[in-house]
Amino acid sequence: MSKEAPERVVDDPNVTMQNSPEFAQLRSKFRKFVFPLTALFLAWYFLFVLLSVFAKDFMGTRVLGNITWGLILGLLQFVSTFTITMVYARWADRVFDPEAEALAQKMGVKQ
Amino acid sequence: MSALLTSAPSLVPAATTVGNPAINIGIFALFVVVTLAIVIRASRNNRSAAEYYAGGRAFTGRQNGIAIAGDYLSAASFLGIAGAIAINGYDGFLYSIGFLVAWLVALLLVAELLRNVGKYTMADVLSFRLRQRPVRIAAAISTLVVSFFYLLAQMAGAGGLVALLLGIEGAVGQRLVIVVVGILMIFYVIFGGMKGTTWVQIIKAVLLIIGAAIMTFWVLAKFGLSLSNLLGEATATSQAAGGKDLLQPGLQYKNPVDFISLSMALVLGTAGLPHVLMRFYTVPTSREARRSVVWAIWLIGIFYIFTLILGFGAADLVGAAAIKAAPGGVNSAAPLLAFELGGEVLLGIISAVAFATILAVVAGLTITASASLSHDIYNTVVKKGKATPEEEVKVARIAALVLGAIAIIGGIFALGQNIAFLVALAFAIAASANLPTILYSLFWKRFNTRGALWSIYGGLISAITLIIFSPVVSGKPVDPVTGKSPSMLQGVDFHWFPLDNPGIISIPLGFVLGYIGTVTSREYNAAKYAEMEVRSLTGHGAEVATHH
Repeated sequence: MSKEAPERVVDDPNVTMQNSPEFAQLRSKFRKFVFPLTALFLAWYFLFVLLSVFAKDFMGTRVLGNITWGLILGLLQFVSTFTITMVYARWADRVFDPEAEALAQKMGVKQ
Repeated sequence: MSALLTSAPSLVPAATTVGNPAINIGIFALFVVVTLAIVIRASRNNRSAAEYYAGGRAFTGRQNGIAIAGDYLSAASFLGIAGAIAINGYDGFLYSIGFLVAWLVALLLVAELLRNVGKYTMADVLSFRLRQRPVRIAAAISTLVVSFFYLLAQMAGAGGLVALLLGIEGAVGQRLVIVVVGILMIFYVIFGGMKGTTWVQIIKAVLLIIGAAIMTFWVLAKFGLSLSNLLGEATATSQAAGGKDLLQPGLQYKNPVDFISLSMALVLGTAGLPHVLMRFYTVPTSREARRSVVWAIWLIGIFYIFTLILGFGAADLVGAAAIKAAPGGVNSAAPLLAFELGGEVLLGIISAVAFATILAVVAGLTITASASLSHDIYNTVVKKGKATPEEEVKVARIAALVLGAIAIIGGIFALGQNIAFLVALAFAIAASANLPTILYSLFWKRFNTRGALWSIYGGLISAITLIIFSPVVSGKPVDPVTGKSPSMLQGVDFHWFPLDNPGIISIPLGFVLGYIGTVTSREYNAAKYAEMEVRSLTGHGAEVATHH
């Protein structure tokens, strides 16, 4: 227990909230959404990095005019980044925020 | 600029120097006057700590997103990436991809939770449920080191740029410019606080993106609006001049492990950069923090697509030889392309924007470092948390003055030094020392003080040690063309670490040390963890915007 943090009693509203099933559901909803997405974009990014250093001939092959596989996959990194951004923002605005706000309301508006 | 004239006679038909220094200085002076007026306006109610550190948390997500883009699109990303693409083609482009994808870490895992938990600095979040004093000191040290390396790289870059853009050659003139940039920056930070600095970033980001957009469409128009044509011509020009095929990977990064290491630092470092994290406190809610990142991702992504076209455009229209021979070296690709396209006026605009970029980024770094010194060190450590907000802001202003002076002196010493690696190092430290602690404290129940300290100090010390004994500091073979070693130090060789970037060792080490430190300590504060987790996810108890 830290020196600065005051001792709290068991009926601490934060602890009660943290242990409530609604909060557990909110947390698991958030993690189930962002963790797999994070794993996905990191895997896809490092696949691209590995291809760029270990499959140079493939990445340097011209496909459309002078546009190479390397450029296409690189630009697809941009596309996937934009897509994940919009998918997450939409989900967070529509699904996550209302539920999070409902729990914040339940805790009361006081600081 | 005789070197430029002889190597590229077609570039400057009649003028004795590239562009007209008077126009460059004039446009830059206009930017300074406008931003100073805004900063003075913003300074009217800057007395409270929330105003000074966080702009009253009153910026919208869009405004903050543009300012984040302004912070992130530093001289290194604008001039550096365009130049790297012009010289090394595809490998230069790889850099920008890591810089962009990195924002997803910030969006998904960090921005909103951090906004809900913290107040002014990164240390607010890291120390929330741990022992205040040691964790704040560690977080503040890491903040200062990352910000200082980043800042030094920007200041040193300014010197080289000046030679090209203002026609100021010789050490005295360049030093004078660094002093002027430093004094202006100190003024912005001390009087404008976070609000003034944010507006400077917004104006600069808008100018930079518009300038780059104009040049991009201009270049594309020259190649019949076809990317394939542009790539073909650029590659042909490069090969005709004895260069390599710019579309092949491997021109810049010869060692695969080194490139993987750099990629790790880039993609994991952004969400641990203190000056980026501090921007999330300038908006009123976590929802606006999310909007900030969405805006930033779009602007930064579109900008990097522009730099791809500008880089290949410069490779064809300016040529690698002329770029390398110019006073700013690789960094001069974008300005030379501007001159080639639109003559003195476009060069003047792009030069002024490049200067504004350095000025604004340095200001953002200084306010972050001064906030950490005052809020984390002075208030918590010296005053045991008893300093009034007025005292804190006063100390932050003094800190900004001192840090600004150090930046000027450091910038003068760094002039002409090859220290571009400092930016990659700052990313590596941010990814090794800051990100593990941020993620553990937000997501790992068991995390505790020993874990945080081991992770921060372990990541910091390992990254710096590996860099000191890496080839970027000493021991790279002498380049037969320039007669100099690409390492920072000439004539000595004490390197034993084979890679240019320490990320592949120091980032996993930061995570592992955080884990071992945590499981070997029994400390656990259930009440503070409950408060932090509830606050981070629901926003209950988060800092609110100030109203006037």
